[in-house]
Formats: sequence, C-alpha cells, structure tokens
Amino acid sequence: MAELTEAFRSALGLIVGLDPDLLEIVSLSLRVSLVALVPSMLLGIPLGATVAIARFPGRGFAVVLLNLGMALPPVVIGLLVYLLLSRSGPLGDLSLLFTPGALVVGQTVLVTPLVAALSRQVFEDHWTEYEETLRSLGARGARAVATLIFEARHSLLTVLLAGFGRAITEVGVAIIVGGNINHLTRIMTTAIALETSRGDLPLALGLGVILLALSLGVNVLALAAQQAVRRAEA
Amino acid sequence: MRAVAALILALPFIACSPSAEAPETLIMASTTSTRDSGLLDDLLPRFEAETGIAVRVVAVGTGRAIDLARRGDADVLFVHHRPSELEFVAEGFGLERLPVMYNDFVLVGPREDPAGVRELGDVAAALANVAANEVPFFSRGDDSGTHKAELRLWAAASVEPSAGASGWYRETGAGMGATLNTANQTPGYALTDRGTWIAFRNRSGLDLLVEGDPLLRNEYGVVVVNPERHPHVKAAAGKRLADWLTSDAGRAAIAAYRVGGEALFFPIER
Repeated sequence: MAELTEAFRSALGLIVGLDPDLLEIVSLSLRVSLVALVPSMLLGIPLGATVAIARFPGRGFAVVLLNLGMALPPVVIGLLVYLLLSRSGPLGDLSLLFTPGALVVGQTVLVTPLVAALSRQVFEDHWTEYEETLRSLGARGARAVATLIFEARHSLLTVLLAGFGRAITEVGVAIIVGGNINHLTRIMTTAIALETSRGDLPLALGLGVILLALSLGVNVLALAAQQAVRRAEA
Repeated sequence: MRAVAALILALPFIACSPSAEAPETLIMASTTSTRDSGLLDDLLPRFEAETGIAVRVVAVGTGRAIDLARRGDADVLFVHHRPSELEFVAEGFGLERLPVMYNDFVLVGPREDPAGVRELGDVAAALANVAANEVPFFSRGDDSGTHKAELRLWAAASVEPSAGASGWYRETGAGMGATLNTANQTPGYALTDRGTWIAFRNRSGLDLLVEGDPLLRNEYGVVVVNPERHPHVKAAAGKRLADWLTSDAGRAAIAAYRVGGEALFFPIER
C-alpha cells in the first residue's frame, strides 16, 4: 500500500512541477486520440445508421459483425496495421510507420467498429420511435439518416466518449505501430508500459493516475457541453 | 462525400505531424537493454549535437529488432546477438557488422538462494543446480538476445529446460524489466544483462548471485541496413551513426556512462 501513496505523490509531483516531458506526452495522447475520433465518427456513425435502418439480406450477420468489432483485440489490430504500414507492406510508401500518423491510423481502425456498433444500437432505438414520422414526411435514404443523426445527437455523445475512452487507454496498437519513440510517439499508455518495464512502479502508477484524471476531465467537459446545448435548445 | 474522404485520408498526415521536424532523422531498431539502462538517452543527444541527425529508437527484443530491419522499417540495427547479426549481413540485409561494446549477463535470484548458486562463479554449474532443485527460473522466452544467450547457457549446463504449466522453468514472453518484476515477485531466478539489472528499481527480494564467468559475455554490434535491399533506407546517415558509435568520441561516451557510479558498458577495442 505504501506504493499507492508513493504513486499519488509522484503523480502530484509531475503535475505540480509541470514536467515538460509529461506535458508533451499528455498533449500527444490527447491530440492523437481526438484526431482519431474524427474519422472514426465520420465512418462509424453513417455505417451504424445504415445498418440500423436499411433492410437487406444478411443484415443480422452485419449486426453480429459490427458487434464483434467491439471485441477486436488491440494487439491484433496493431499487428495488422503494422503489416499494412511496414515498408514491405502495401502502404509502406506513405512512411507513416513509427510516426504519430500511424497512431492515428491504428486508433481509427480500433475505434471505428466500436462507434459503428454502439451507434447502430442508438439509431435502432430512435428509428422505432421516429420511423413513422419520417416516412410520413417523405424522408428517405440519406435524408432520413441525417435526421436520425440529428435526433440522436445526445446519445451519440456517449458513443463519442466510449470511442475516446478506448482510444486513449489502449496500448497494444500504439506500441506496435508507434514504436514508443521518445518525443515522437510516446503516449501515456506506452510511457506507463515503459516505466513498468524499468521497474519504476510508482512512476508508472503515477502516470496511470494522471491518465485517469485526464479521462475524467474530458468526460466532465463533454457532459457540461451537452447540458449547455440542452439548455440553449430548451 | 469526396471532401470527407479526402479529410479522413489526410488527417494522419496533417494533424499530428511534429511541428519541428528535424532535418534528418534515423530509425534505429535496438534492444530494451540499451534503452532501459538509459544508455541511449545519454549517447544519442551527443551524436545529434555533433551531426544534426536525430535518432529515433524503437526498442524491442533482438529477434524482433532484426525482423523490423529485415522489412526495411529501420535504418540501423543495434542489438546483441552476434550470430544473428552476422546472418543478417550474410543474407544481404545489412552492410557490415561493427562490434561496439560489451557488458555481461548476470544470474540473479532470491536473496535466500534456495538453489545454492551464490559463490559458484560458474554459470553452467549454477543453472544445473537451479534445474536439479526445481526452483522457479524465469526465461524471457521472446527470442531476444538475452533469451538466445540463456538457451546457450542451458546447453552449456547440459540441461534441456521445457516450459510446462507446473514446471519450474517459466517463460514470461516479456521484456527484461517485466521478467525481473516477475522473478522478484515469485521469487525465482533469471538471467539479465548487467545494465538492466543496475538500472532496475524494483528488486527488493532479488540479489545478484553469479557473475564474471567468461560464458556470460554479452556483445553489442551495429549494422546499417543495406540500401540495395531497401532503397528508402538512410544508409549514409546510418553509416555516420555506426562510425560514431565505434569512434573515439563514441567509445569514450560509452565508457563514461554510469548508473549509480557503476559502468554498464565497455567499448570494444578496434
């Protein structure tokens, strides 16, 4: 238990001292995960909406596939993205491997299925509620999807936060495609893995405390924004 | 729709490109021991100050480092398993192997030393004792340089360890630090390079038990990846790094590196 106290002390020391390395790592973590959220939402939400609304043969199978996507092991995704981005792989000429860009690609591949699966559920619930109205208004296809996304925006915030949570806390993808390079691709989780392997457990745990605080901050901000919007709408 | 697709494709490049891109950068595939001991953090800034070349280190086990270099994902290889390095060069993936430095492996284990290996000084005899007493031994089991060296030592001890669920020989499949964490907790014996051991912080129940046997020598070499195999490789800059590591300046920096007053690595005479 003495280790826990020391972990909090080292976390506090890092924060109070505004350790420049820590600031760099925190800022890269936030940047990568927030940026990765953009394509994940742009791809995942329409995909989820489509599967929720469209009726096509094999739709049940598509739903199962989407849900399976949530359980994709990060290490496997990391390995697949590594093989894609490797110099000997199909996308090697992009020179993305071991750069922050590779982290964004990896986290996007990781988070998009999660966003698609969760938003599918959200849309399906809304669809049962709005289907008749939308049909009577003659809204179909892309138009219906757009209306549905707008109506579901509050629930989608939770999807966004879940996606952010998965992105910022994962380590398997980041360590394989980013390489945990100091000052370039070292993020919170890979730094924690590194300090653990160096045997500096209090520092590793301290970084973990900071990561948790960071996620808490993002969640609080998102909820505050949601309530502000609701109040403005009311 | 097309704008969205373009945005998605461009995001990885624009949003996260480092603002101050160094003029020239190298990717070096190296081992966890050189990073975890702090050596590279000490050496590479000196090299960058002299040459303006920034070196980015991807620290993995020797086996995986060689695989990275084989695929062209690194410009320079700095690892510690001479036979694999020479094979890498012989296969045409590397230019030439230059010996850089050495340190040694040490056998660490529980302070109470249930296998009675302290004072033996003979690592083969010590390992034979560990096996005979069936005290837990933690192997890296990850095809790293240390793992390869450990297998060589078991062969010298005429023991064929096999990892079984309940057996005393256990493979962690993890890096040196993680393996030491496990050995410290269980407790059990482990083979580690001296550098990682000295820099390792979480060793409350472990002691250094066997050292100094010539079999325990651990040699590091540097290889520049062959640009004929991978044309994008920055061979010229890589050559400067390899030359610097084996130059008087590089050798002096290696010899001067200390953790807790102890030298961790010794440059190899040319």
